[in-house]
Formats: sequence, C-alpha cells, structure tokens
Amino acid sequence: MSPYLTMNPFGFPILSTVIFLPLAGVFFILFLKDGNKIKTTAFVAGLLTLAASLILFFNFDAGTPLFQFGESLAWIPAYNITYALGVDGISIMLIVLTTMISPLCVLCSWKAIEKRVKEFMICILLMETAMIGVFCALDFILFYVFWEAMLIPMYLLIAVWGGPNKDYASLKFFIYTLFGSVFLLVAIIALYLVNGTFSIPEAMFKGYSFTFQIWVFLAFAIAFAIKVPMFPFHTWLPAAHTEAPTAGSVLLASILLKMGTYGFIRFCLPIVPLASIYFAPFMIALSIVAIIYAGFVCLSQTDMKKLIAYSSVAHMGFVTLGIFTFTVYGFMGAMLQMLNHGVTTGALFLMVGIIYERTHSRQIYDNAGLGKFMPAYMGFFGLFALSSFAFPGTNSFVGELYVLISAFVRSRTAGFFAVVGAVVAAAYMLKLLKQIAWGREDKRDFKDLNVREFVYLTPLAIFVLWVGLFPAPFVRVMETTLVHLFMQLNKLSQ
Amino acid sequence: MTLLPELYMFLFSVFFLFLSVGKKRTSLFTAARVLALVGFFITLVCSGARGVFFAGAYQVDFFSQIFKVLLSAGFTLVVFMFEKENEVENLPEFFMFLGFSTLGLMILVSSVELISIVVSLEISSFSLYAIVPLRKAQTRTQIEAAMKYLFFGAISTGIMLYGMGYLYGMAHSTYLPDIMARLPQFLSQPLGVLAIILALSAFFFKLSLFPLHFWAPDIYEGASDATTTFIATVPKIAATALLIRLAMLASSSPAQLATVIIVFAAFSMTLGNLVGLVQKDLKRLLAYSGIAHAGYLMMGLLSFNREGNAAAAYYIAVYLFMNLALFYVVMLLSRRGEKNVTINDLSGLARRSPLLALTLAVAAFSLAGIPPTGGFTGKFFLFVTAFKAGYLAIVIIAAVNTVISLFYYLNLVRVSYSRESEELRPLALAFHEKVLCCVFNIVIIYLGLMPFGLIDLFRDAM
Repeated sequence: MSPYLTMNPFGFPILSTVIFLPLAGVFFILFLKDGNKIKTTAFVAGLLTLAASLILFFNFDAGTPLFQFGESLAWIPAYNITYALGVDGISIMLIVLTTMISPLCVLCSWKAIEKRVKEFMICILLMETAMIGVFCALDFILFYVFWEAMLIPMYLLIAVWGGPNKDYASLKFFIYTLFGSVFLLVAIIALYLVNGTFSIPEAMFKGYSFTFQIWVFLAFAIAFAIKVPMFPFHTWLPAAHTEAPTAGSVLLASILLKMGTYGFIRFCLPIVPLASIYFAPFMIALSIVAIIYAGFVCLSQTDMKKLIAYSSVAHMGFVTLGIFTFTVYGFMGAMLQMLNHGVTTGALFLMVGIIYERTHSRQIYDNAGLGKFMPAYMGFFGLFALSSFAFPGTNSFVGELYVLISAFVRSRTAGFFAVVGAVVAAAYMLKLLKQIAWGREDKRDFKDLNVREFVYLTPLAIFVLWVGLFPAPFVRVMETTLVHLFMQLNKLSQ
Repeated sequence: MTLLPELYMFLFSVFFLFLSVGKKRTSLFTAARVLALVGFFITLVCSGARGVFFAGAYQVDFFSQIFKVLLSAGFTLVVFMFEKENEVENLPEFFMFLGFSTLGLMILVSSVELISIVVSLEISSFSLYAIVPLRKAQTRTQIEAAMKYLFFGAISTGIMLYGMGYLYGMAHSTYLPDIMARLPQFLSQPLGVLAIILALSAFFFKLSLFPLHFWAPDIYEGASDATTTFIATVPKIAATALLIRLAMLASSSPAQLATVIIVFAAFSMTLGNLVGLVQKDLKRLLAYSGIAHAGYLMMGLLSFNREGNAAAAYYIAVYLFMNLALFYVVMLLSRRGEKNVTINDLSGLARRSPLLALTLAVAAFSLAGIPPTGGFTGKFFLFVTAFKAGYLAIVIIAAVNTVISLFYYLNLVRVSYSRESEELRPLALAFHEKVLCCVFNIVIIYLGLMPFGLIDLFRDAM
C-alpha cells in the first residue's frame, strides 16, 4: 500500500463493487427480451449502485486528505501500470452524484425510449461504470481507459436515439473530445517518463521544471477545457445537448461536464501547480468570457434545450473561475457548483424531457403558458429555474457566493464581471420561467406530472433546498481535502 | 520436430495441389478448416522448438516460433472466414496458394541470411500474384489488380536485390548478424543508409508503408474478399517480424536510419488517414487504413530496443485480429462476392444483424485506438516507447492522426447504427459465424484490457 492510500475497512473491494455493479446489470440485461424487465433490471442495478455508494459516503472519513478505500493491484507490470482506486473529498461527492443521477436517467427514459430499449439501457449502465471509474481511478492509464471508454456509449446514445441533427452532433462530440484526449495521453506519457510510474498521487506535488509544467499544463488544459467546456471550445456542447435524448442530456450535463473541472482540480493544480498559477489569469479571463457570452446567447434562444445547454457553459464558467482563483473558498465554491450544476441542470433537462413527451416540441412558444393546467410541473420548474440563477435559499446560491467571494479576493474586475454574468443569468432564466408559466392564454389538455415523474424529480428538489439551506454536511466532506490542496499549493508556489 | 510447422504447411499445400486435379467437392471447405486448425495446433506445440540449420542461415528460436504461431493463427482464421458464397475460381488451388504463401512467410521469419530471405519472400509473393485474379465476378478490376500487384511486387523485389547487392559489397557477408554488426561503419556514409533502405523496400511494400504504399487500394479493391483479407494481414506479420529481427540485431540505435523511418512513418499515417477520409468502397478504405497503421507500427521500430520491438510485435498481433474482424464483416455482407461492399451498404446493419454491427463497432473503435480495445493498448505501448526514445514529434503526429482517422472509422459505426436503410432484411448468421464474431470481439477487448501475458511473451522473445 502506498502512503497516499488508506486501507479499505471492508472485507471486500468496495470501490470495485461500486464501479462494476452497473456492468453486472448489463450482463443480466443481455439475457432479457422483455422491455419492462430490461428497464426494471437497469433501474435495480442503478439503485444497488446508489446503495453501495452511500455505504461509501457514510463510511468516508472527512478528517483526512488521503485517498480512502484504497485498492491496488498490478495490472501491466511491464509498464508499471496498476489497477489503483481510491476516493478523497473531491471525488466522493461526484461519485454519489453519478450514482444518484443514473437511476433517474433510467426512470426518465421509461416511456420516452421506444426503440432498442435493451441497447439503450446497456449504454446507460456502461456509462455509469465508466463515469464512476473516472472518479475513482488513481492510475493515469486506468483513468484514461475509463475516460475514453465513456465516449463510446455516449456517442451511441446521441447517434442512435438522438434528434434530427444527431449525425452532426454525435460526430462533433466524439471528435472534439478525442482531440483533447490524445494530448492528455501524450502528457500522461511525458509524466510517466519523468516519474517512472503511472500512479496519479505519486505525480502530485513534485518539483518539475517550469518549462515541463507549462507543456504538460497546456496538454491537460486542452483536454479538460474541451470537456468542461470552456469558452472557445464550447461549440460541441449545444449541438450534443440539443440532439441527445433526455437521459443523454442529463448525463452529459450532470456528470460528463464535471469531468473537465474534476480534471483541473485533480491533475492540473497538484501536478503542475506553477504552470496553473502562471496560466490562472488566462483561465479566469476565459471563464468570465464564458459566463457573460453564454449569458447573452441564452437571452436570444427560442429552444428550451439549447437555452439550458448554453446556461451550462456559463455555470461551468463559475466553476473554472472558482478553481483558478486559488483560494480555499474558490475551491469549495467550485466543488459545490459542480454538484449544484449537476443536480439543477440535470433537473432542468428532465423538465424539458417531460414536456417534450407531451408536446413533441422543444420550442419555448410551443411549451408556453403551462401555469394554469400543470401546477405541479410549474412548481418543480420554478424551483429549478430559481436554483439555476442562484436565488438565495437554493443550492447554487451557496456555491456562487463562495466563488464570487473568492473572485473578489483575487481581482475586483473579475468579481465585477462575474456579478454581471449572474445578473444576466437571472434575466434569461426569469424570461424563460415567465414564458413557460404565463406565455400563452389558450388551454391545451396536457396531463400534469405522473407518479414516475414525481419520483425522479423529488430527490433533486430535496437536494436543491437542502444544500441551499444547510450546506454544512456537504462542505465538511470536502473541506479537509481542499484545505490540504491549498496548503500544498501555497508551499510550492513560495 | 523443429521444422514441423513448415513441413506441415508444405504438405497442406501439396495435398490441395493434388485435390485440384480431381472433381470439385463441397467438402473441401471442411477439409481445409480442419487441416488448418491442426496446423495451428502443431505450430503451437512446436513453439518451444530451437535449432539452427543451413550453416546458420535458418534459425528456429523463440522469436521465429512465436511469429509462426501468429502467422498460422492468421492463416487459420482466414480459412475459417472464407465462405462458400463468395467463391473464388479454382478452389483447391486457392487453398494451395494460401498455404504456399504462408509457408514462405513462415520460412521468412526464421531466415537470417539474405538469399534465404529473398527466396522465402518470393515463395510467398508468387502465390499471392496467382490468387489475386482468382475472383469469380466477371469484371476486369481483378485482372488489373493482378497485373499491378505483379509489376509493383516484382519492381520492389528488384529494388530490394539492388540494395542487398550494396549491403553485400559493404559487409562482405550475406548473413544478417554480420551485416548488422558492420552497420555503424557504413551508416556513416550516405550510400549505407540508401543501401539498407533499398534492401528493406520489399518489406515496406508488404507492409504498404509510404513510399511503397500505392498498390494497396487497387489490389484490395480488385481481389476477392478472401484474398484481400489474407494480403491485408498475414504478410504484414512476417514483414514486421523481419524488421524487428533487424532492429534486434542492430547493436545501437542508428540515428540516420531512425530519421528516415520517422519520415516514412509520418507520411504514411498522414497520407493514409487523409485519403481514407474520402473513400466510399470499404475495402479501399481499409487499404488506406492499413497504410496509416504501417506508419504507427514503425514507431515501435524506431527505438531499437527490446521494449520497442515488443510494442511493435504486440501491435501487429492486435492489428491481425482487428483487421480480420472488420474484413469478416465485409465478407459476410457481400455474400455473393460479386460487388465490393460500400459504406452505404452498412446502413441499417444494427437492425439487420446486431452482432455483426457490434463486431464492426469493436473493430472500428480498435482501429481508431479507443480504449478499452486492443488497438488502444497497442498504440499506447508504441507511443510510450517512441516517446522514451526521444521522438516526441512522431508521437504528436500519430496522436493527431488518431483524431483524423476517427472520422472515417466512426463513420462506419454511425452508418451501421444510426442510418436506416430501405433493405431491412435480417442478415441471419450461421452458428459458426456467430462464434467467430464473438471470438473476434472477445480477443480484441481481451488484448485491450489484459495485455500482460502477451506483451511479456514478446519481451522474452526479443
């Protein structure tokens, strides 16, 4: 066991269990023919994974910055590659987010997906395995394998079950992401040649030469900035989001985008700290541009899904802003915003999916004026919309507040522009909310939410209010790790 | 015992030579399959054999035996994939020529002397010249392909002999160990570099590496599916084996040679991938993909050390399986073998036969180098060794090329999964066809996730 890992207190490899439970579900689904049985199996597999990840969460020791529940096996000894897993305060919340969102994706596709149900559920479960794997991996190659393997089911989700423009969207998504990833691979190999190992913790906080750090940072940054997506690399996102089926949009927004920011906080900061500090002004500038630019683009959207997709770009701008301000508050705000964006934007995509099943249109006008006859729907929509522009009392307020404090500490200009962005966010979300609630007078008969829809919206709504009113338990989980990261960065930059 | 694999392959070919005199029987396929499988197991059993023959010109060592196993595996799989429907003319002769070609390649991987190399290479090439036109469809493309293959092949052999003449003149020996020992001396003069590049040209030709790549698309297009499958995979293994053997014998890393190889590799992958983007005919596309992959493969040979050689060997092993898998899809799609399969023919494949579409997807993702497939792991080893040897430029070129190539590999998957076609007739696969598809999928993913056994084996052999 390396000094970075603490032992797994369970008698069995709990992290591998969480990772491979969805894969076990895939195995069962392969032998099933009936659509309902397939959906049930996928849902049960998702719930079991959630249960396993909650065990993880409640046994997590928030008092140590080390990686916990460690597992380490030799995988390819010839190249010193290990099958190493572990979670710390940064990854644990993202794992729980993943396991929470995935069963909801199965639920929301219950009726919406009619053709090739089996393949669809297999894709969702494969995605889940790969996504959890990304957050658990402590070996670069293991990380890279999960990171790339995720692309295949996601690509298929868009390309097979997507909207009319799916060809373009899925191809763009795949190629954009792969373009970033190959540079990631080159950077990983470069680090291996210096360190002699692919272990991620062992590559952290080493005093690499400045030039080396610059190059590695650039390679990392391309990969992660595309995934986030940061401003000039964001064009794949609206296309992919708009064309993907609801479950695909939710997975993309809630979890895939987080991988970019997770990459920044897990790799860029600890491994190439000097370069990260050097490039921080650029990253902050790009984040600000993303926040404001995406905000204004949102104002002119007529397509609900596109609007929410662009709002993702702005929200992720807050996350990268928080990361590159280099304060503990900034890190915390970024982490919280990652969770909040995952829940809120995921929920908004679910809302769009629900109304799309009824009107078969994503245009705002076609879905306007629902306030009178879909009160429950509007209730949820209102809550998530408020949360999206960080209304006090909702989850995003806490996260954005942390980020804004940190931004003002670092630079007043950055803080000022971020506040402008936040105001624009309120403008476009309120505009959307107004349209959806009161935009049309005519009466149409759509059914309000059914039980299944209630079931998958309620946990998200609870989360929104819980984090909004009492964020302490979530902050406490990640605090030690982030403070440790901050201290190490401070030590290295002096 | 030591020469049993070669001997068996010889008897296999002679057996079919005699059968060609008799009447045509349908049982021929079964006979060929059973005999090929027996041959594979014999090769496997003989993998421990050691020996030196003909005054050191013929070496049976672990290196040669492991490549003979690969060759035999490729040959056996081609025989298994070969279907009754996409018939070629003169069936027994076809098997005979395939057998002789494999025999030549088996001898090649054991040869360490220039003349035996030339002879074995020609045994293999002549058989291939003969089977390219044996296609049943009455078009002229196969005749054109056969002519081109014969001419280009003969010219490349001529160039090789010319280069070998220089090598002999400089080293005063036809034995590879002697030549490679003198390598540092004569690489200092431009003529030495020229001589060794010329001498290798026939192998570059077999691998379809730039600048001897131009034959591949036309021959792939013209020859029957079974012939193409063979040409696209098995001779490349032997050519790689010989190049690795040379790299093993070179005592130090010759920088001049490495520069030339880098240029060839860079051009090969870039050209292959860029032209691959616009191909409509699936076999032509695979030809350009093969050119690109020859470029990737060269990255392993750059470093002139054990790790690089093992990486190249691993890559060619993965390449064998992923390429065969894709060709199998082509073969099953064009049951009658009259017309070549185009990309449009793939539309709706996921509906017509989910398993075949999956095989196509796994093979295409593997060729593109996406984890968790073998193509990624193989490429990763190549990247690491080339980077370690200090050739960062070629690693970056290869990385960019991976992205370019993704366009057309992904296109195959896209068409088969997301495009609907007018023809929704299900494509029923026979039991053994399903088994073969599953074998390909499992092997490709196995090589991707668990490379440790094979890569260690290759490292021991180098």
